[in-house]
Amino acid sequence: MELFVFVIAAAMVLAGALGVVTRSNPVHAAMSLVLTLFGIAVMFVAHDAHFLAAVQVIVYAGAIVVLFLFVIMLLGVDRAEDLSVEPITNQRPLAAIIGVGISAIVIAAIVSSRAGLGASGQGVNETTLESPDANIRQLARVIFSDNVFAFEITSVLLLVAVIGTVVMARKTKSVGTGK
Amino acid sequence: MLSVAQPTSTWYLVLSAVLFGIGTVGVMVRRNPLIMFMCIELMLNAVNLSFVALSSQIANIDGQVAVFFVLVVAAAEVVVGLGIIVSIMRRRTTLTVDDMSGLKG
Repeated sequence: MELFVFVIAAAMVLAGALGVVTRSNPVHAAMSLVLTLFGIAVMFVAHDAHFLAAVQVIVYAGAIVVLFLFVIMLLGVDRAEDLSVEPITNQRPLAAIIGVGISAIVIAAIVSSRAGLGASGQGVNETTLESPDANIRQLARVIFSDNVFAFEITSVLLLVAVIGTVVMARKTKSVGTGK
Repeated sequence: MLSVAQPTSTWYLVLSAVLFGIGTVGVMVRRNPLIMFMCIELMLNAVNLSFVALSSQIANIDGQVAVFFVLVVAAAEVVVGLGIIVSIMRRRTTLTVDDMSGLKG
């Protein structure tokens, strides 16, 4: 059963990722990105990371991809672009070689070091029928005790991002007239 | 239980490495900055997947905490990046990164 879930989710992830890279229409690429993100969410559930799976769907598929689509429609670039242009000679073969090389190096490292992976730390609480919220409780306990400073800094980061975007995307006319 | 192979965390790590490679190729190949952003999201998701797989492999919740913060930073990054793209598109009609070569000074 786990194998079945893995195969389906991996097919979703890889098909979506290849779609993002190869589709010429940005809207189709965004839809492929949704497929990948849902596949990742399925894998989070398979690892008992239920809260992260929910956040993955809400934040990524719900907010980030909608933001992408909003910008695509706002800029009016929702038509197929010409993919035959290759600005640098042999750019694509070289990029493919580099990509395969990066993947191969990482996979070689994973395979050679898998024996060293043992259990450590306090353990991850399994979600059971008796405690269906074990994962979110444990996650909250760690975030709001050990990582509470990072959590607060995160809120500052989001505020800075929002203000910065408003300043950048604002019409610059009022600035130009010295207002 | 069937005697078929069960997916271990090594499988998930290999998948995340492949996903990262696809995202890298996308950033290098595509010329539309929106698509390049999507490929960066692919790479971030590959890293998130490896965090969660290792978190359950070594039975330590800290990996999932790291993914939580990566999600927040990714959201902030997308907001700022798309704001930059929108303000660049005010002055241009086509959307390729080659048109931004004026940024090199």
